[in-house]
Amino acid sequence: MGSVTRFLDSSIGRKVLMSLTGLFLCTFLIVHASGNLQLFKNDMGLAFNQYSVFMTTFTPIKIVSYLLYATILLHVISGVRLALANKAARPVSYGASKMPGSSSWASSNMMVLGFIILIFLVTHMANFWYKYKFGDVEWVKYEVSVMDGSVIGKTTMPSAPHMQPHEYVVNDGVSAPIKYVIVKDLYSVVQLAFQEVWIVALYLLGMLAIAYHLVHGFQSSFQTLGLRHPAIAGIIRNLGIWVFGIIIPIAFASMPVYFFFFA
Amino acid sequence: MSGNMNLTLKVWRQKNTSASGTFETYQASGISPDMSFLEMMDVVNEDLIKQGKDPIAFDHDCREGICGMCSMYINGRAHGPLKGVTTCQLHMRTFKDGDTITIEPWRSSAFPVLKDLVVDRSAFDRIQQAGGFVSVNTGSVQDANSIPVPKENADEAFLSAACIGCGACVAACKNSSAMLFVSAKVSQYALLPQGQVERAKRVVNMVEQMDQEGFGNCTNTEACEAECPKQISVSNIARMNREYIKAKLFS
Repeated sequence: MGSVTRFLDSSIGRKVLMSLTGLFLCTFLIVHASGNLQLFKNDMGLAFNQYSVFMTTFTPIKIVSYLLYATILLHVISGVRLALANKAARPVSYGASKMPGSSSWASSNMMVLGFIILIFLVTHMANFWYKYKFGDVEWVKYEVSVMDGSVIGKTTMPSAPHMQPHEYVVNDGVSAPIKYVIVKDLYSVVQLAFQEVWIVALYLLGMLAIAYHLVHGFQSSFQTLGLRHPAIAGIIRNLGIWVFGIIIPIAFASMPVYFFFFA
Repeated sequence: MSGNMNLTLKVWRQKNTSASGTFETYQASGISPDMSFLEMMDVVNEDLIKQGKDPIAFDHDCREGICGMCSMYINGRAHGPLKGVTTCQLHMRTFKDGDTITIEPWRSSAFPVLKDLVVDRSAFDRIQQAGGFVSVNTGSVQDANSIPVPKENADEAFLSAACIGCGACVAACKNSSAMLFVSAKVSQYALLPQGQVERAKRVVNMVEQMDQEGFGNCTNTEACEAECPKQISVSNIARMNREYIKAKLFS
C-alpha cells in the first residue's frame, strides 16, 4: 500500500490518477447519454421515468453511482493540485509567449474547461438529482395497454407519505387488460427545466466545454498511461474526436434543445 | 553595408537571482542578415561596453548547435521562431529590418536566473546524476557485434540521445515540465541492452529527482516537441510513463 501511495504522489502517478479517473468518467458518459435518449420516446415520459427508478434503486448501479461521485471529486481535487503545482513551477511569467501552432487550444486550457464543466455539473445535479431524491417531484399514474404496450393516459397522483414506485394490472375480463404504472414524474421536471433559456444556455456551454475537454483529455490519458503505439494512435485520436468530442456532446445537447423548441 | 538591419531589442535584465528583473530596450544598428543571433548580441554588447554599461549576460559555448548552452526565449518561442534549431543557429535573416525582438531567459522555478539571460540548469545535471548512466567496468572496447541490438531500437535510442539538455522543453512548456528531457534520457538507455541492468531503478530515481527539483507536470500540450531544437518526440514521454508505472507497481 505504501508503494502505491508513494506512486500516486509522484508527478507521473498524479497524472495516471487523472487519466484513470477521466477514462472512467468517459465510460459513464456513454451510459448516461444512451439511457437519456429515452427522453425522445413518444410515451409521455414513461420509459424515462421507469429508467430513473431503475437507476436509483438497483443496487449495483447505486454502488457504481457513488463510485462515480467519488471519482468526480478525485478528478477535480487532483486536477486542481496539479494545476497549482504547475503554476508554482513558473513564478515569473513570460513577457511574450506563443504556443506553437501544433498545440491544441484545449490542451492548455483543461483547467478552465474543467471549471465550466464543474459549474455545469453542480447545476445539473441540483436541477435533477437533488430534486428527484429530496425534492417534491409529482407522482403520476400511467395507463398502459397490456396488448401493445402503448401509453393510453397519464394522470397526476395525490402524493402520500412513503409512496413507492409500483405497477399492477387490471383485467376485468370485459375490456382489454390495462397496466398501471405509478412513478415519480422526473420527465416533467426535465421538460419544465428546459423551458428556461438560461438553463438551456448553460447546458449547451457545458456540452461545448465537455467536447473540448475530452477531445484533448481522452487521447491524452492514453499518452499518460504510456499506451502509445502507431498502430492504435489513429484509433484513439478518432475515438476521442468523434465519440467524445462530437457524438456524445451533440446527443446531450439535443435534449435541452428539443424540449425548448418542440415539447 | 546595404541590406543591414536596424532592430529594437527588448531584453530581460536581472542583476542576480534574488533581484527582480525588468525589460530594457536597446537599438541594434547595422546588423548583417548573415550574422547569427548570438553574433548580433555580441555587437550589442560591444556597444554597451564602449558606453561603459554592463553587457547583457547570456549563455553560449560551441555556437554550432550541439552543446546545449544557448538558451534564449525569443519573441515568445524557445530558441526563436525556427523549428529544429538552437539560438546560435538562428540567423538574423529570419528577421526583418525594423523588427522589435523580445529576448527573455528560460522561466522556471527549477531554472533560477543567475543574471540577465543566464539561468542555472544544474537541475538537469542532478537528474542525470540520479540515473542517466550505465554502470559498466571500463576496459577495452568490445567488438560491436558482440552485443546485438535491433536496428529499430538503435535508431530510436539514437534519436532520444540527440537531446542536448538545453532546457527548451521546460521553457516552452506552459507548466515548466521537464518530462521531455527526462524521458529522452530514460528512453536512450531503456532501448539498449546496456541499460537493462539499472532499467527500473533508473526511471524511478530520475523521476524522483525531477519531482524534487520543482518542475511542473506534463499536460500533453506537446509544445516541448514543437520547440525542441533536436525534435525529440513526445513518444519518449509515453515510454517513460510506461517504464515508471512498470517499475513502481510491477517490479
